[in-house]
Amino acid sequence: MHKYIGLALIFPLVGFIINGLFGWRIKKEKVIGWFGSLTVGASFIVSFLIYLELVRLPFYERKFIVEYFSWIKTGGLDISFSYLVDPLSILMAMVVTGVGFLIHIYSIGYMHGDRGFARFFAYLNLFIFMMLTLVLADNYLLMFLGWEGVGLCSYLLIGFWYDKPFEKMTTSDAGRKAFIVNRIGDFGFLIGLFLMYKYFGSLNFNTVFSIANKLQVGDSTVFWITLLLFVGATGKSAQIPLYVWLPDAMAGPTPVSALIHAATMVTAGVYMIARSSVLYALAPTTMEIVAIIGALTAVYAASMGLVQNGIKKVLAYSTISQLGYMFLAMGVGAFSAGIFHLTTHAFFKALLFLGAGAVMHALDNEEDIQKMGGLKAHLPITYKTFFIASLAIAGIPPLSGFFSKDEILWGAYSQGSFWLWLLGAIGAFMTAFYMFRLVALVFETPPRYGAKHPHEAPKVMTLPLIVLGFFSVTAGFIGIPESFGLKNLFHHWLEPAFEDANAKLILESTHSTSTEFMLMFISVLISVGGILLARYLYLKRMNIVAKLTQTFSGVYKLVYNKYYVDEIYDTIVVKPIKWGSEKLLWRFFDVKVIDGIVNGSARVTSIVSSVVRFVQNGIVQFYAVVFLIGILIILWIIF
Amino acid sequence: MEWLQKHILTTIIFLPLVGALVISLINSERKNLIKFLGLFFSTLTFALSAYVFLKYEPQKTGFQFVEIYPWIRSLDISYKIGIDGISLLLLVLTTFLTPVGLLATWGSVDKRVKGYVIMFLLLETGMNGVFCALDTFLFYIFWETMLIPMYFIIGIWGGENRIYAAVKFVIYTMVGSLLMLVAIIALGNFASQLNGQFTGDLEKLYEVAPKVALNAQILMFLAFTLSFAIKVPLFPFHTWLPDAHVEAPTAGSVILAGVLLKMGTYGILRFSIPLFPEATFIFLPYIAVLAVIGIIYGALVSFVQPDLKKLVAYSSVSHLGFVVLGLMGLTIESVQGGLIQMVNHGLSTGALFMLVGMIYDRRHTRMIEEFGGLARVTPVYATFFMIVALSSLGLPGLNGFVGEFLILLGSFKSKFLGTTAFSILAASGVILAAVYLLTAYQRIFFGKVTKPENQNIKDLNLREIVSLAFVLIFIVWIGIYPNTFLKKSEPSVKKVVEQMEKYRSGIFRAQK
Repeated sequence: MHKYIGLALIFPLVGFIINGLFGWRIKKEKVIGWFGSLTVGASFIVSFLIYLELVRLPFYERKFIVEYFSWIKTGGLDISFSYLVDPLSILMAMVVTGVGFLIHIYSIGYMHGDRGFARFFAYLNLFIFMMLTLVLADNYLLMFLGWEGVGLCSYLLIGFWYDKPFEKMTTSDAGRKAFIVNRIGDFGFLIGLFLMYKYFGSLNFNTVFSIANKLQVGDSTVFWITLLLFVGATGKSAQIPLYVWLPDAMAGPTPVSALIHAATMVTAGVYMIARSSVLYALAPTTMEIVAIIGALTAVYAASMGLVQNGIKKVLAYSTISQLGYMFLAMGVGAFSAGIFHLTTHAFFKALLFLGAGAVMHALDNEEDIQKMGGLKAHLPITYKTFFIASLAIAGIPPLSGFFSKDEILWGAYSQGSFWLWLLGAIGAFMTAFYMFRLVALVFETPPRYGAKHPHEAPKVMTLPLIVLGFFSVTAGFIGIPESFGLKNLFHHWLEPAFEDANAKLILESTHSTSTEFMLMFISVLISVGGILLARYLYLKRMNIVAKLTQTFSGVYKLVYNKYYVDEIYDTIVVKPIKWGSEKLLWRFFDVKVIDGIVNGSARVTSIVSSVVRFVQNGIVQFYAVVFLIGILIILWIIF
Repeated sequence: MEWLQKHILTTIIFLPLVGALVISLINSERKNLIKFLGLFFSTLTFALSAYVFLKYEPQKTGFQFVEIYPWIRSLDISYKIGIDGISLLLLVLTTFLTPVGLLATWGSVDKRVKGYVIMFLLLETGMNGVFCALDTFLFYIFWETMLIPMYFIIGIWGGENRIYAAVKFVIYTMVGSLLMLVAIIALGNFASQLNGQFTGDLEKLYEVAPKVALNAQILMFLAFTLSFAIKVPLFPFHTWLPDAHVEAPTAGSVILAGVLLKMGTYGILRFSIPLFPEATFIFLPYIAVLAVIGIIYGALVSFVQPDLKKLVAYSSVSHLGFVVLGLMGLTIESVQGGLIQMVNHGLSTGALFMLVGMIYDRRHTRMIEEFGGLARVTPVYATFFMIVALSSLGLPGLNGFVGEFLILLGSFKSKFLGTTAFSILAASGVILAAVYLLTAYQRIFFGKVTKPENQNIKDLNLREIVSLAFVLIFIVWIGIYPNTFLKKSEPSVKKVVEQMEKYRSGIFRAQK
C-alpha cells in the first residue's frame, strides 16, 4: 500500500486542476464542492490505509521511501520527487487530510453563493497537495517546495476577497504581507539548506541524518544549520519576530483561517524541527533558543489575545501562542509532546475557527465581539462545540488539550528550567482567560447585535463541528502520560522517529512522578482559575473590566495595538527601503549619476566633435592657411 | 535530406534570412500574409532546432554538428559553426521566442508590417549565428549584425523617445564590441606568435590563449568582458536597458530581454572564462560583487517604478545578476544554474513583456497606478500574469526556482568565490523579488476597479492565450523536470569547470 502514497498527493492535485480550469463552467456549487471535498477524503483514505499497513509491521520496519522521478540532478546534487512514509509523516498526513476533509465540507456551506466558489475549492485543494508534499517529502528541497507552496496558497486565500477592505488596508495587503514575511523566513531556511549541502553533501533526509548521527553534540556548523532552519520556522509558524503576518491573515475566509492558519500550515515549522530532530539534538544552543522563543511567544501572543475584540483576532493570537508551546516542546527535546499538541491543537483550534465562522455566518459576517452576545440560544450546536473546544484549549482534564499541554509543561520543567515552565504556566492562565472571555462575550452575555436574526448554520457546517468536537474531547487519550500506569500510545507510535535524537539528549535521570502530579495539579488549578475569573468578570462584573481598562488605559492601549510592532517594522524597515530605493537609488543614483555620466560623456563627445568639425569645414583655402601655419611653426621649432 | 542533416545549423541560421528575402518580394499591403510567413519561417526554424536538441548527444565530447568552410585562408579565419550543450539551450530558446514573440504581438503592430517582420527574421539570423559561431571573427560579424535590426526595431516601431533609446543602445553596445574586436585581433596575433599561425578558430584559441602572458590576458579579458557586461547588462552598465525596453515594441522587448541579454552571459562563459583563466581568477571577485550589487540594486529600483515595463526591465538587471554570479561560482551546480537561469529569464521575462504589451494594446498606458481591480475584469489575464510572476520570483515547482537555487547553492560552496557572503547577499534578492512583483501585481489586479476606463477591458483572446500557453508549458516543465535540459548541458559545463579547476591548482602549484 505504501507504494501508492503518490495517490494521496494526486487526488487533491487533480481536484485543483479540474476545479481550477473548468470550475467556472460548472455552475452547480454542489458538484464543485463535493468533488473538491472528496478528493481530500480519498487522500485521507489512502493515508489511513497506509497507516494500517504500518501498524501491522514490526516496530523498526515502519519506514519506506517511495521514489517517483528525479527532480533536479546536476553536479553533486540529486533531488527526487521521493516521499517518506514513516509514523511521523503518516500521522501528519492523516491530520492534514482528516481535518482538511472536514473543513472542505464545512466550506460548501460557508462559501455558498460566493462568486469565487470554484476558485476557492481549487486553491484549497492545491493547499492540501502542497501541505502533503511538505510533510511527506523525503528531502529538504522537496519539503521546501511544499513549504513555499503552502505559502502561496495562504497568500492566494488570504487575499481571496481581493476587493474587500480589511481594517486599515485591503485583504490583498494582508496576503502580500504574509507572503513577504514568510519569504524573509525562507531566506534563512534557504541559507540553511546551502550550508547543509556544503557540509553534508546532500539534502536527502537519510544521508544527512545518518552522517549527523555520527557527529559530536555541539557541532558548530550544525548549530548554524539548525538556527537558520529555525528562522524559516519562525516565519511559517508565526513566532517572534516574524509572527506579524498571522493576525492579518484573518482577512481570509474563515475556513482558510481554520485549515491553513490554525490547524496545518502554521505547524509546518514544528514538523520541520521534529523531522530534523537529530540535527537539533546536536545543537543544544539552538534548542535553547527555540525553547526561549517558543515560551516567550506563548506568553506574548496570549497577552495580546486578552484584549482583542475581533473574534478571529483572539483566535489568531491564541494560535501564535499555542504554536509557541509546540516550539517550547521542541526546544526542550520533548518532540513527541510537541507533535502531540500539534495534533490535538489541530482539532480544537480548527473547531474554534469553524465555530467562529458559524457565528459570523449567523451575524452577517460581524467579527466584533462587542456586537455579539446571547448566541447561546440561537446557535446551540455551535455554542456547545465551541465551549468544549475552549475547555480543551484551556487544558481541563480529561479533554485533549489537557494531556498535550501538560506534557509540554512537564517537559519544560524537567528538561528545561523552572522559568520556562513558569512562562508556560502564565500563558496557560491567559489562555483560559481569553478563551472564556470570548465564550462569555459571544454566547452568554446579553445580545448586542441589534436587529439581526441569528440562526444556526446548516448541517453541512455543523456536522464538521460535531466531529471535531468529538476528537477534541477524545484525542487526548491516545497520549495519556505513563505516570498514570498506562501505555502512552502516541509516544510509542512516534518513538522510531525520535529515537536517534533522544539518544543524544541528556534526558531527565530520575523521573519524579510525585513532582509530575503536583505540577499537573497546579496547571489544572491555573486553568480553572483563568476560566472562573473570566466568567466572573464578564458575566457578573463587567463594570470591573471597564474600570480596569480605564485605570490602566496606557497599558491597555499598548497591548490592544499589539505593542505597535507593525508600526515599528514599518518605520524602521519598510519606509526607509522604499524611500531609499526611490529617491536615492533610482532618481539620484541611476538617473543622475550613472546616466549622467553616460549622457555626459556623449555630450563631451559632441562638444569636442563640434570643435573638431570646425577644423574640417571643407574650405580648401582654410586648409591651405592651416597647412601654411603648420609648416611655419615646424620650421620655427627646428631652427 | 542528407544535405540538410549535414548543414542543419547553417539552415537554422539562414532560414530566417531566406524568409526575410521571400517576404521582401511580397506586396507590403498583404499584412496578414507577411505575418503568417514570418511565423511560418520562424516556426520552421524552431522545429529544426528542436530536432537538433533531440539529436544532440551530451556524452560526446567537443562540439557537434560542426561545419567548417575556409573564409580567409591566410589568417585561418573560417566559417566554422557548431554547438555544445551550452549553446544548444540558448539556440533553442532563441528559435522558440521568435515565433512566440511574433504571435503574441500579431495585432499590436500595424505600421510598416513588412519591414517589421523582415527585421525580426534578420535579427533571428544574427542571434542564431552568435550562438553557433566557433570562429571569433564570425562571432563578431553575427554579434554586430544583430545590432542593426534591433536598432531599427526600436527606432521605427518604438515609443515616443525611441530615437534616444535606439541610439543609446547602439552606441553603448558599439563601445564594448569595438574593444572586443581589438581583443579578437590581438588574440589572433598571439596565436601567430606562439604557434606561427594567426587564427580565429575558437577551439585552437582555447589552447593558445591561456598561455599568453598575464598582463596581455588581463587586457584582452577586460576588452571581451566589458563588451559582454554591457550586453548583460551588469551593474553599472545597465542604464541603456530600461530606456531600450520602455521604447521598444513588445516583441522587441521580448527578444531583447529573452535573447540579446543572454549573449552577454553566453559570451562570458564561451570566451572570457575559458580563454583567459588566469585573468578570470583575478577579476572574478570583482565581477561577483557587481553581480550581487546588480541583484539587490535592480530589485530595489524595480520596486519603486511607476511604469510596469520599466519595472520588468530593472528586474532583468536583478535576474541577470544571478546568472553572472552563477558563472563566477564556477561549480557545476552554479554554472548549470546560470545556464538554466538564462533560459528561465528568457521565458519568464519574455512572457512578462508579452503580458505588459497585451495590456498596453488595450489601455495604451503602462503606468501601474492607472490600473487596479483587473482580476475581476480580466480573470484569464490575471491568472497568466500570476503564474508568470510566480515563476519570475522563484517559486519552487516553476522554472525560476531551479535556476536561482542552483546558482545560490553552487556559489555558496564555490572555492573560486571563496566566501559564502556572495551567495547570502544574493539570496536576499529572493525576498526582494517577491516584494516588487507582488506589490505591482496587487496594485494592478486587486482591490476595486477605480477607473472607468478599466471597466470594459477585454480579456485575452485565443491567439494571446495560445502564445502564452506555449511559454507556460516550458515554465512548468523546467520547474518540475529540468533534467531534460540540465542533462544536455552538464558535460559541456563540467568540462569548463574542470578545466578551470585544473588551471587553479596549476596556479597554486606555481605559487608554492
